[in-house]
Amino acid sequence: MERVPVLNLGDVLLVSIQIDLSDEIALRLQDDLAERIVATGAQGVIIDITALDIVDSFVGRTLSTIAGISRVLDADTVVVGMRPAVAITLVELGLSLPGVRTALNVEQGLRRLQAARPHAAVPTVEAVAGP
Amino acid sequence: MIEADRTRPADGIVRIAGDQDIVRVRQAVRSAAVEARLSLVDQTKVITAASELARNALTHGGGGRAELRGVSNGRRSGVRVEFVDQGPGITDLDAALTDGFTTGTGLGLGLSGARRLVDEFEIETAPGEGTRVTVVKWSR
Repeated sequence: MERVPVLNLGDVLLVSIQIDLSDEIALRLQDDLAERIVATGAQGVIIDITALDIVDSFVGRTLSTIAGISRVLDADTVVVGMRPAVAITLVELGLSLPGVRTALNVEQGLRRLQAARPHAAVPTVEAVAGP
Repeated sequence: MIEADRTRPADGIVRIAGDQDIVRVRQAVRSAAVEARLSLVDQTKVITAASELARNALTHGGGGRAELRGVSNGRRSGVRVEFVDQGPGITDLDAALTDGFTTGTGLGLGLSGARRLVDEFEIETAPGEGTRVTVVKWSR
């Protein structure tokens, strides 16, 4: 069974979704993230959906649920990289991602996490992108 | 009214029997939408609508199939997808087409949301006789 990898960088968990998400993989990601937040004490989660060419109601609801779960586990979630066509479609579908914070890209997402948690070890975008 | 030419064989049929088949339907609709020269936004809309309708066929209809066809009206090309299941059918169609109406655990956006994302939308259903949803998205 395929899994979406979760990277641990300082106090942040970084998830970059690079596959066409089946419902099962989306739910598994939700469970994995809950466990990883508790195991690592992460204060922030960045979910990069740049590679997703659609977000349907199931994936949208999963993103909302992940944001809710991480909130009660004392972590902030930012969904980044939504494509314009995906945003247009999502709103027309009737989904507004309640409770989900968004940013245009990873860099702005990290900045948002750092602003919300000034004492957290939030990596720089260079650290995330690698050498 | 969509004239459904059922004498013509479908360009592609995707069986919907499990979770992974929803992904396969999306992939097949993506190829058809690219072939019909839909814009990126329209591709995204029809793929998303197909994802919702395939999931409906699976969760409410107990599975079924998606039949894809490239269509043309002389001026524009488009993609037509029919979702067929042999499930219990829909008793109250008006309610089923209302935002937020759900008999399952979802958000109730499947049918109503999918309808907003396509150019033509037709549904044939009767209690005990399954459901057939036909959608068309045209190039602009």
